Amino acid sequence: MTDSGITVSGLRKSYGDRVVLDGIDLTVPAGAIFALLGPNGAGKTTMVHILATLIPPDAGGATVAGHDLATGAAKVRAAIGVTGQFSAVDNLLTGEENLLLMADLLHLPRRAGRRRAAELLERFELTEAARRTPLTYSGGMKRRLDLAMTLVGEPRVIFLDEPTTGLDPRSRRTVWELVRGLAAGGVTIFLTTQYLDEADQLAGRVAVLDQGRLVAEGRPDELKRRVPGAHVRLGFTAPEPLAAAAALLPAATPDEEALALRVPGDGTAADLRALLDRLESGGVEPDTLTVHTPDLDDVFFALTGHAAATKEPVR
Amino acid sequence: MSDALTMLRRDLLHSRRNPSTLVSALIAPILMLLMFVYIFGAATDLGEDYLGYVVPGILVLCIGYSVGQTAVAVATDMNEGIINRFRTMGISRAAVLTGRVLGTVLRTLLCVAIILGLTVAMGYRPHAGLTGWLVVAAIVALAAFAGAWLTTAMGLSVRTVVAASYASLPVTLLPILSSAFSPTARMSPGVRAFTEHQPFTPIIETLRGALNGTPIGGHLWWAAGWSAAMALGGYLWARARFTRPPTPR
Repeated sequence: MTDSGITVSGLRKSYGDRVVLDGIDLTVPAGAIFALLGPNGAGKTTMVHILATLIPPDAGGATVAGHDLATGAAKVRAAIGVTGQFSAVDNLLTGEENLLLMADLLHLPRRAGRRRAAELLERFELTEAARRTPLTYSGGMKRRLDLAMTLVGEPRVIFLDEPTTGLDPRSRRTVWELVRGLAAGGVTIFLTTQYLDEADQLAGRVAVLDQGRLVAEGRPDELKRRVPGAHVRLGFTAPEPLAAAAALLPAATPDEEALALRVPGDGTAADLRALLDRLESGGVEPDTLTVHTPDLDDVFFALTGHAAATKEPVR
Repeated sequence: MSDALTMLRRDLLHSRRNPSTLVSALIAPILMLLMFVYIFGAATDLGEDYLGYVVPGILVLCIGYSVGQTAVAVATDMNEGIINRFRTMGISRAAVLTGRVLGTVLRTLLCVAIILGLTVAMGYRPHAGLTGWLVVAAIVALAAFAGAWLTTAMGLSVRTVVAASYASLPVTLLPILSSAFSPTARMSPGVRAFTEHQPFTPIIETLRGALNGTPIGGHLWWAAGWSAAMALGGYLWARARFTRPPTPR
């Protein structure tokens, strides 16, 4: 099961007396998309750097694609691809030259390298821009080139450190499509993100990292179920229907000033239909209806008891 | 080693795409050349031969400016995300640096050739035979190799690209404080003690002898010795810098 997956046990890392990773255990099965969710400073990048052999852990260990980090670093490197948070393209080389550089460093024969570069340019919709340098690219194009460079070596495990941070919604969606395509091809994907919806969209399993510890792990829907932030907000035009609706829904919290009613619920279609049925049977017609799903802040608050923005270690 | 050659190709592509490295290695030496020959030259009693006297000094100045660019290139490499990509591919930083150093040697040889061409246009007539030209090429390459390892280490020792352009100034400016523009015999004793014993003076004197067909004497061995020492020192310094684990950011 784990021959092209990732197994991490008891991983620790500190810089000086600042503990960045405080005993991490996790398993990513081969071919899965795994998301490590956490705010800035949670230790996500450190985690990726350790698994990608850039820095050694202080304690604990991991196997990546079946090879031990400590004893088989070279074999790990041969099996992985990394797209970091900071752009790792050469700004003075054209898109095509960047890909050919990767092919040369991977010792692909010249012809095979050219073919692979052309293939990736095509697949990442960069053929038009192949002869320009990344300085002329948009953020999304740069990220696509970055990802294409990672794929020249056909890695079996790919680390994506915040692959969509700073991208516009359309480029985000393109990156998501590419990531799904890779996973469909059997590649194991370990991604980090600050966005719950990204983890939700992509990952089969999510772990939440907070101050160096995993505070939760599971399927995205399981995580969201543990979060009480989901609710439906009903808006009214007058106080009377609001009062009537509040009487029908004892679990709801009315807000008289805003003429709104906050109804706990997970926002599924069945849940909404039940809610509307109840309102209709009571003869109440809300003016507006909005569904709120929990965001990372809600998840954090629920799982850790403090807001995501808190960076100071709590002792 | 094949990775270092790939990195050399990368460095040469950089030069082609960004000729400012070449241009900035040429501008200052050319200005100095014009200034010394047409302005200060009038004040020396070396007369019309002053062009012939000053050419080797200008060539070494050009080496200084050319290797100064390497510190900037190396600091840029280390500050960009691409170095982490290379490392996760198992490409050693040594290969990246070796590519930069070899690229600098080739770029420097080109700069030196351009300046020599200009001086010939200005009326300079070198008297070097085949051996003389081989000595010139070898000494320029060796000095550039040595200087490039030093500036590589300097580029690795600073945290920012801007700092790198200042860090390499000693290597860029040292060739001026030498026998480049005036024979050391005419300098006051203190200055003379420095200019005669600094590494670039024997390099300049070797080029002077080889180009002008005058005896080189012991300067050749001093030039080779200093270059070897600078190259080894720079290499060891650079290696000590890049084997340290990268600092987190």
